[in-house]
Amino acid sequence: MSRMLLSPFVKFLFLEGVEQNQKGEVVSEKQNKYKHRFPSSSLYLLPHISSIFLCNFSLHPPPSISSSLSGPADIDSMATIGHNNLNAKLVLLGDMGAGKSSLVLRFVKGQFLEFQESTIGAAFFSQTLAVNDATVKFEIWDTAGQERYHSLAPMYYRGAAAAIIVYDITSTESFARAKKWVQELQKQGNPNMVMALAGNKADLEDKRKVTAEEARVYAEENGLFFTETSAKTAVNVNDTFYEIAKRLPRAQPAQNPAGMVLVDRPAESSQAASCCS
Amino acid sequence: MDEEYDVIVLGTGLKECILSGLLSVDGLKVLHMDRNDYYGGESSSLNLIQLWKRFKGNDKPPASLGSSRDYNVDMIPKFMMANGTLVRVLIHTDVTKYLYFKAVDGSYVFNKGKVHKVPANDVEALKSPLMGLFEKRRARKFFIFVQDYDENDPRTHEGMDLTRVTTRELIAKYGLDDNTIDFIGHAIALHRDDCYLNEPAIDTVKRMKLYSESIARFQGGSPYIYPLYGLGELPQAFARLSAVYGGTYMLNKPECKVEFDEEGKAVGVTSEGETARCKKVVCDPSYLPNKVRKVGRVARAICIMSHPIPNTSDSHSVQVILPQKQLGRKSDMYLFCCSYSHNVAPKGKFIAFVSTEAETDHPESELKPGIDLLGPVDEIFYDIYERFEPVNEPSLDQCFISTSYDATTHFESTVMDVLNMYTMITGKVLDLSVDLSAASAAEE
Repeated sequence: MSRMLLSPFVKFLFLEGVEQNQKGEVVSEKQNKYKHRFPSSSLYLLPHISSIFLCNFSLHPPPSISSSLSGPADIDSMATIGHNNLNAKLVLLGDMGAGKSSLVLRFVKGQFLEFQESTIGAAFFSQTLAVNDATVKFEIWDTAGQERYHSLAPMYYRGAAAAIIVYDITSTESFARAKKWVQELQKQGNPNMVMALAGNKADLEDKRKVTAEEARVYAEENGLFFTETSAKTAVNVNDTFYEIAKRLPRAQPAQNPAGMVLVDRPAESSQAASCCS
Repeated sequence: MDEEYDVIVLGTGLKECILSGLLSVDGLKVLHMDRNDYYGGESSSLNLIQLWKRFKGNDKPPASLGSSRDYNVDMIPKFMMANGTLVRVLIHTDVTKYLYFKAVDGSYVFNKGKVHKVPANDVEALKSPLMGLFEKRRARKFFIFVQDYDENDPRTHEGMDLTRVTTRELIAKYGLDDNTIDFIGHAIALHRDDCYLNEPAIDTVKRMKLYSESIARFQGGSPYIYPLYGLGELPQAFARLSAVYGGTYMLNKPECKVEFDEEGKAVGVTSEGETARCKKVVCDPSYLPNKVRKVGRVARAICIMSHPIPNTSDSHSVQVILPQKQLGRKSDMYLFCCSYSHNVAPKGKFIAFVSTEAETDHPESELKPGIDLLGPVDEIFYDIYERFEPVNEPSLDQCFISTSYDATTHFESTVMDVLNMYTMITGKVLDLSVDLSAASAAEE
């Protein structure tokens, strides 16, 4: 690719994080008060870079050494594939208290907090998985509490390649609400979306109100795959994300590729070392 | 809902959502409500069914236009200056994470009955058919002066104090003719009328620099960028920022009546029989109609087309400015066009807007000079909306009301209003120093 084609401040963006892609780590930016709660990604690859980067971009603050790139998943084709790397937006849905954030924390950080506060400050997490021949980088969006009064913005669903609908197996109400979220997804989301139904809190067997059979039948009827999880004991948590990663459609050509990263710095100071050639 | 908040924000327009986000990040407890069941208020983007409901009173758009959900038609069409304040706010708050942008293909100006590309620097000035040979050279000199001008370096000032010299005097020094002044003032400095000629030249010089720096940023055909899926994405993104920092969101709340104590101070908001208490109320003019006055009207036409605007090099997104003088009007007219390339319409379709500050009650005849430039249209909707500004004293009633969106082509005035409101609400000045040079300095 000719360097001359690219506006200079874009050049150094590519590929800086490629060698980090297997680590699957979550990198936190701690630069200012807005950023410290936005875990950022370290990997970003796109096909046809020259054409994409010339005309599309997202605005992004300056890169730091540890985390330089946002991971704009391709909006139209849902999952962006570049070589064997896939970027996929995954959204969480479900009632308050079903354990959405706990599942993510277990998956991303291996943590569980008994009294997890209502979600504040978690915009999204990213986590990279190696699946067979490819790596899949999930960009996981939490609801940020906007589900509480049913005020999730259409933007939340836009471009999502996968969704996990979470309910609490000790609450029939949360299962009923999960069905509502499935309907909402079918209305708002992309028809090719991979959807998982997760009955969480599976460790609380003695308080169970929703049978696995009932949920399985519902899931099959609606084209979801079903699993029972426990963020507390970690049962089936990673497996669920792996299963989604496996089911993501692989080669989806980008119809209208999106997501050029704009870095907020003037041209003359770009780093030659990380320039693509 | 029956709780006490620091701030209750009413309406989810862009201004309210930016403020909600900034205040939540500051640690204030924010409740954000909207009477509609969708985000964005006046600054939303509508799908085809919503558009038909609003302008035609039915929900049956013709099937030939394609799927309703492929449309995102802005209600307040604007573009973002690539180097402008909205971009700074987006970067400062890291809301950029939720948005995807594309450059706007072209920037044009209407001059003597024809549409021309706007020359933005000395090189383009030399090529532009807008000027004759000698005028080109004069314009080139002027462009070079503006490009080199540095407020802090008196050597670039050519002996003039631009805070005292008027734009008219500055231009006279370069001997530019009225025609050149017209497109520089309106299509590059983006002035809405001719008042700038008698004001200090520094403002015009800064505006010209913003324009050329914005163009340079993406080396595209215009200084503008525009989000994929339409401007309606912007309020949603800032609402998410607010929610991420603990803001509570309630849509579809009818009434939203602001409650006052005996001193006239806002103390809460009532909806559906429940009252949430608060110390301050932030809202758009429609929620407190008794505390605003009408300041003008915007006439606009929204068109669905199957081709780009003629004579704009087939640009899939473009702005055309029709300076007031060219039309014999008091204020400029603006043409915007976006298309499927920005995901606001299905493949092959274009959305064009013609808008201006209304000077008559007849948008159809008033907007005709702009509409005539569009060629055939599939569908056209005419509309006039009223603009309001607050007349209350926020320090007394604790109500902070935004000004309605104006007819300008970009978001500079929108963000200025937000920043002023932020300062009134918090007593703080928002530090937007995450600007270009500061950001790169932090990197080294």
